[in-house]
Amino acid sequence: MNKRSRLHLPRAPARPGEAPDFGYVALSPAGAVARPDVNARARDVEDLAVNLVRVLDDAGAALGPWHPHLDAAELQVGLRHMLLTRLYDERMQRTQRAGKISFYIRSLGEEAVSVASCMALRPGDMLFPSYRNQGLHIARGMPLVDLMCQLLSNTRDMCKGRQLPVMYHSRAANIFSISGNLATQFPQAVGWAMAAAIKGEDHLAASWLGEGSSAEADFHHALLFASVYQAPAILNVVNNQWAISTFQGYAGGEQRSFAARGPGYGVPGVRVDGNDFLAVYAVTRWAAERARTGAGPTLIEHVTYRAAAHSTSDDPTRYRAKDDHLHWPLGDPIERLKRHLIRSGDWSEARHEALIAELEALVSASWKEAVSYGTMSEGPKLDPDLMFEDVFEKMPAHLIKQRDAMRRERG
Amino acid sequence: MAQMNMVQALNSAMDVMLGRDPSVVLMGEDIGYFGGVFRVTEGLQRKYGEHRVLDTPIAEGGIVATAIGMAVNGLRPVAEIQFADYIYPGFDQICSELARLRYRSAGDFYAPVTIRTPCGGGIRGGQTHSQSPEAIFTHVSGLKVVMPSNPRDAKGLLITAIECDDPVIFLEPKRLYNGPFDGDPHKPAVPWSTHPKGEVDEGHYTVPFGRADVVRAGAAVTVVTYGTMVYVAAAAAAALGIDAEIIDLRSLVPLDVDTICRSVRKTGRCVIAHEATRLSGFGAEILSVIQEECFWDLEAPIQRVTGWDTPYPHAFEWEYFPGQKRVALALETVMEPT
Repeated sequence: MNKRSRLHLPRAPARPGEAPDFGYVALSPAGAVARPDVNARARDVEDLAVNLVRVLDDAGAALGPWHPHLDAAELQVGLRHMLLTRLYDERMQRTQRAGKISFYIRSLGEEAVSVASCMALRPGDMLFPSYRNQGLHIARGMPLVDLMCQLLSNTRDMCKGRQLPVMYHSRAANIFSISGNLATQFPQAVGWAMAAAIKGEDHLAASWLGEGSSAEADFHHALLFASVYQAPAILNVVNNQWAISTFQGYAGGEQRSFAARGPGYGVPGVRVDGNDFLAVYAVTRWAAERARTGAGPTLIEHVTYRAAAHSTSDDPTRYRAKDDHLHWPLGDPIERLKRHLIRSGDWSEARHEALIAELEALVSASWKEAVSYGTMSEGPKLDPDLMFEDVFEKMPAHLIKQRDAMRRERG
Repeated sequence: MAQMNMVQALNSAMDVMLGRDPSVVLMGEDIGYFGGVFRVTEGLQRKYGEHRVLDTPIAEGGIVATAIGMAVNGLRPVAEIQFADYIYPGFDQICSELARLRYRSAGDFYAPVTIRTPCGGGIRGGQTHSQSPEAIFTHVSGLKVVMPSNPRDAKGLLITAIECDDPVIFLEPKRLYNGPFDGDPHKPAVPWSTHPKGEVDEGHYTVPFGRADVVRAGAAVTVVTYGTMVYVAAAAAAALGIDAEIIDLRSLVPLDVDTICRSVRKTGRCVIAHEATRLSGFGAEILSVIQEECFWDLEAPIQRVTGWDTPYPHAFEWEYFPGQKRVALALETVMEPT
């Protein structure tokens, strides 16, 4: 038989009209993966990039060496943050559909990635999020009103009307400004971590991007600089399988795991069940200990599923199997933590329902307050003069001139 | 005061700032142990340590990105891009991130990064070591863009850049590193020790942005220029015996519109000269400003002297370079009686 070159085109496992098929996702049983010493060298822990670190099994039992043994109270806080993230998302999605905000991005199904990571870090650690990490902002205690005012571009908008919805930031909460350009935050986080090391401070930087944007050169720069300078950084690839309509195979995920890119740079790569709150917490804690003890950076691949659309601007039924997320083999992060807590006697359906009611009331009250500071159509408005501020520290002559021209134009 | 060439003056600026401010760090390819391919950072790693003067991987996008992160964490990085021609892999981080961070975060985050990079031709560098990309950066809101033409300005402007809380693209005309260059490659090189602006204060001083330098007062015609072309234009005018007023802009953003317009109102004639290509070059911006501000003072159409709109050619360097002949033709054209 003649051998010849061929162009391989990655195929999504299921497109509309086809049955969901997640047979391609390599799984390990809960508790099965060993937990190496935090100061292990990348070359000695390469199996972590192949296997899947899981703590919670399907019945809600916590198993194995990665079990973080958190207090029930802490787990309840984690459950609360994840639920609040989901309820906030649901409400803001509806709000966008009602035409009250221009755009929104949900994190449905990925709540554990942000919330558990954040809870495993310290308040002084700097977070460099992507646009689907709202669980970080919620877990760091940012008031929903502040987030909503950003979505509304209203008079309390932290970005002063300059950013698309969901591009939040908080200097006080140590959460960096989100860019709409993908992956740029990854090497910036490494720079922040390098500075922490130069200054001899004990803080680390953590960043997140999607598996799709790991294709950008910034991903390579981040891994390279983190490796060269052994920066105290945690680099998270959120592999939610989809970049809008593009399956993760087009980001190179068919041949090897995203975590496996770490060892290529001499950086340990850990593949973790991103829908397992305990596993995400434990792996992040392991990476944080590495960073704080001079063992350098860690690459974490969170294996999860984007259960909702990419954003309010696309319809996933046009490019993937309907309701496929219900077949995702790693389940739902909130349901799994809830099951675990009920199993240990620290939670109940009744408490869960009561918590949902409480958080829905919080979301509603927050929205009511947020719109009192203005919406796109009514209420107080930002002064358009703000358009010309913060381009530079001090407004230069040419911008003063243009601002004055705009004022005249407005009459 | 000491005699310095531009390399030494730039080195002195960074030496002064590393000594004064512990948050200042230098980073770039070959800049540490080796002291830079043009020797601009020579001796600084030995003096201040490997944590303050960092050798980096060959990754301009990574250099700019990590500089941003370092700046957000309280440092004041001065990043060297080895040649301006190599800056493009860092372009997204410069334009989308560095330039806009303060704006998009409403002032809550900002990155005081200075990006130093040698630019311009006249060194037989071909198309990858000769470009003048300043106009690309002037088009990006949020960047300050600077180009010195002599050692004294170079040091003062670089200190201003490092102390500035806005990002600065600091372009160094490499043909001027060792001496002023009037565009004639056949003449023996002239060292900075023969030039008054090779006298440089060894301590801390600044040259402000947004203030052009009238390097020669004159009444007949205004020549607006910067970088290497300051010397080419002055030589061309002198050879013709034209009483030209030569304006060295020094900073393109912010632009000293007042000095330009005051001069054009006086002379009524103007030539704009830069090494960079013509199409959408910074000369077009200067020309527009002049016609907006002092159209009725003009006695003749404004002339532009630029590089041709081709990539920078290796074998035809002196046919490409906007030398004295091209400036002279523009001066003669603009001086024709109306």
